[in-house]
Amino acid sequence: MSVIRPLKCDLTVIGTGMAGMAATLFAAHRGLNVVQVGRSGEVIFASGLLDLLGVHPVAAKKMWHNPWAGMRALVRDCPRHPYARVQTNDIKVGLKEFLAFLDGAGLAYHRHVGRNVEILTSMGTAKLTHGVPETMWPGVEALKEKKSCLLIEFRGLKGFSARQIAQVQKDRWPDLRTARIDFPEMEGFSEVYTERMARALESSRYRRKLAVAVKAHLSGAKTVGLPAVMGISNSRQVASDLAERIGADLFEIPGMPPSVPGLRLKEAFERGLPLLGVTLFSQKQVFDVSHKKGRGFVLGIGRAEVEQTIQSKGVVLASGRFIGGGLYADRDRIRETLFNLPINQPADRHDWHRKGFLDSRGHPINSTGLEVDDLFRPLGKKNRPVFEALFAAGSILAHQDWIRMKCGSGLAIATAFAAVDAFLKTGG
Amino acid sequence: MEKNRTIHKTQVLIIGGGATGAGIARDLSLRGVECILAERRDFNSGASGANHGLLHSGARYVRNDPQAARECRDESRLLKKLAPQCIENTGGLFVAVEGDDENFVADFPHLCTRCTIAVEELDIDEARELEPALSDKLIAAFRVDDAAVDPFRLSLENIAQAVELGCSLQLYSQVVGFTRRNRRIQAVRLLNTKTGRETTVEANFVVNATGAWAAEVAALAGARIDLLYSKGSLLITDKRISYRVLNRLRHSSDADILVPGGTVSILGTTSIRMDCLDDIRPTIGEIDYLIDTAAAMVPALKTVRYIRAYAGVRPLLDSKSLDDGRALSRGFAVLDHAAEGLENFASIVGGKLTTYRKMAEQTSDLVCRRLGIHAACRTRTQPLPARQDCRWTVAGLAPRLWLEQRQNDDLLLCECEMVPTSAVDVIVDSLRGQKAEPDLYAIGRRSRIGKGTCQGAFCGIRVTGYMYDRGNLTADQGLKDLRAFLTARWRGMRPMLWGAAVIQEELQEALHCGLFGLEL
Repeated sequence: MSVIRPLKCDLTVIGTGMAGMAATLFAAHRGLNVVQVGRSGEVIFASGLLDLLGVHPVAAKKMWHNPWAGMRALVRDCPRHPYARVQTNDIKVGLKEFLAFLDGAGLAYHRHVGRNVEILTSMGTAKLTHGVPETMWPGVEALKEKKSCLLIEFRGLKGFSARQIAQVQKDRWPDLRTARIDFPEMEGFSEVYTERMARALESSRYRRKLAVAVKAHLSGAKTVGLPAVMGISNSRQVASDLAERIGADLFEIPGMPPSVPGLRLKEAFERGLPLLGVTLFSQKQVFDVSHKKGRGFVLGIGRAEVEQTIQSKGVVLASGRFIGGGLYADRDRIRETLFNLPINQPADRHDWHRKGFLDSRGHPINSTGLEVDDLFRPLGKKNRPVFEALFAAGSILAHQDWIRMKCGSGLAIATAFAAVDAFLKTGG
Repeated sequence: MEKNRTIHKTQVLIIGGGATGAGIARDLSLRGVECILAERRDFNSGASGANHGLLHSGARYVRNDPQAARECRDESRLLKKLAPQCIENTGGLFVAVEGDDENFVADFPHLCTRCTIAVEELDIDEARELEPALSDKLIAAFRVDDAAVDPFRLSLENIAQAVELGCSLQLYSQVVGFTRRNRRIQAVRLLNTKTGRETTVEANFVVNATGAWAAEVAALAGARIDLLYSKGSLLITDKRISYRVLNRLRHSSDADILVPGGTVSILGTTSIRMDCLDDIRPTIGEIDYLIDTAAAMVPALKTVRYIRAYAGVRPLLDSKSLDDGRALSRGFAVLDHAAEGLENFASIVGGKLTTYRKMAEQTSDLVCRRLGIHAACRTRTQPLPARQDCRWTVAGLAPRLWLEQRQNDDLLLCECEMVPTSAVDVIVDSLRGQKAEPDLYAIGRRSRIGKGTCQGAFCGIRVTGYMYDRGNLTADQGLKDLRAFLTARWRGMRPMLWGAAVIQEELQEALHCGLFGLEL
């Protein structure tokens, strides 16, 4: 292996999910010299919706239409939830900054600052969320007012049935009609894929043909819902052009992965962050880390083996949970994969999961994770930070169940904001 | 209420839709006897659907139960001829590793010969060449005629032929009561657990083929069977570990058998005495014990990925029930309840999957004798018809069929096991033909849907969408079915959640709960 001079930086962010992206963004905005490393394949599982807080307490299935009020109740009831360590104002500022960046990168989000909204999923259920991609936003209004609506499905696209959505919603929303159409120039294909359709629609030829096909079924519908396929890097233009051609409001419906809205996030960050001076190593992972007093961290990164070393004053660990690879479950215990940090967890595998998959209390394994101090530094023996300049953000943190609480993106952004802030405060 | 109840009249009511009940339904139907098969849940819901899928050569029983060994020898030969579509004729090995009892090893070939069971000693290197997964601490190896059998296809095809011959099938129909009059069962009350409706069956003869539940059902009729229950848990690996059936050559013990089946292998079992049949499920302690024990024979079992676990209950006949003349075999017994004052009621208990046909034959013989019907058994000579709609349970068959017969618009709804829309269509039609509900759970039991690494997380969504598209589902019925399906898969997933399976589970929960909110 050739020896390459280490790349020196202020802060290394490990992870390319929501929390890693947010931490990198905040650090870059604050003038830090930032390196970001991660495999970045997992973001295609992201729905594209920005949840802040939807449900608390989980066991009572209590829904919050005002996420900020829900957060106050949550912090009161669960003082160890990561939200409890972040000022509400910081969450608001961080969220705004995050959304402004995405807007600048061509990926606009809409929201009502003080409340959650409901959005239709491909399952036919209505989901409570906070920030909604512009391409999905007309669906919020359509659902709320039960507008006359046409749902489009594409022949050959598995796992998306317009008929299912209409059937599940039929008592609430009688004015839902469905149509099954061929995607332009893919008529003979046995199977069609959302990413491919989204890239096709970036060209006007496909939009023109799709508009013709949809219009044939419109018969007076005010809005049209369809799978999330309206472009990737320029979804705003694709959506507005299509809406104009069809002559109705258009909205996308989030569904099963691989997800185009997740891909849009990935592309927006990978395009926008380097413009802020970030050195981004996507498709790379960290193989080893060492720490020396006074010199900070030395990380060996690469694709299959160490190709590059990075010398960094501080590290934000945003490597996620099991999907992201930040945590790994052996048969007898859960471990943190890079620093071998202590994990708050049940004594026994018996207590990781409940007897029922849909148990309303959620599974204890989902609340395991890193214990941190108020500066988001992982704690080791005697509840002292393991390293002065190691911070953690996102779903790897303990005492939260982002899936059941519907707080994934909010948690990522809030804790990334706080972790970067803490790095600056502690002299980074 | 009483007046509105539907009354069905038939010659024979068979209670229990496992391999035995299915075999009896076919046997009687082939003899021209009219029957109804009533099953409390779906077919093979008990031990018939929770076993190794091992077609015994008999070698396993040569020491402790030579009669059972000979029965297995004869029946396995017969089934290989008559139902080859359900069988993968893998052959089997018996192997011992360092530390195993050498006297036991030395006796084994003689004991096999005594029962005229084919056995061939292999040298160690040869055995490890045949089965590279075997431990390098092998001390002995013998080749026998074990094979793998798909118990789901077996039962489905038995039932399908019976139905074709006029047998009527009642799934989700639980026996809730018997009406006795003049030493006879006059009527049996069935409750449909899905619709809540009760029906009555008036049969000339009633057969209790409910496996582990035989004592409970008999008690409802006022008859007594003394059963002991032994739970056995098994694990499925995500890929096939061996070509042949691998048996540990020692006194019958836990974690001794690894059976291949298409693209997977099945490891088992434990043997735990149970007092109660409620909530039978594999425990984490059993799983860990199975893996650690079996690794002595096949070390890779420590590191391989597991897909799921399941548990079945072996009903063991307490010797008190075996009066003179009642016991037809030590492996199984046909209990005629005439001595207890019930002249038209018999129970079939014990036995093994390998001998299911013989159990059905002897039960049907008794039924015909008592009904004065002179018709010989035909299952001994007549092949079990292979059917298009019953073949989707076989692991690894779907990818082959899909590649061979692929139609351009035949989408794969299950990408792990490659189950296409056309298979779902065939199964739905078949269920409709048997007047059964084509829900996701029933489709899953009749195919490999939900059996692969995603355990239904993705294919469950795709099949649900497809069923809506076909007009098979209305309102939110598909969501209810999906919840029930995921809940059923979870039983087997939960004890196996570590490593890659935890990643898969997190993804499933993020999708089904995080996005779709199915838990709310």
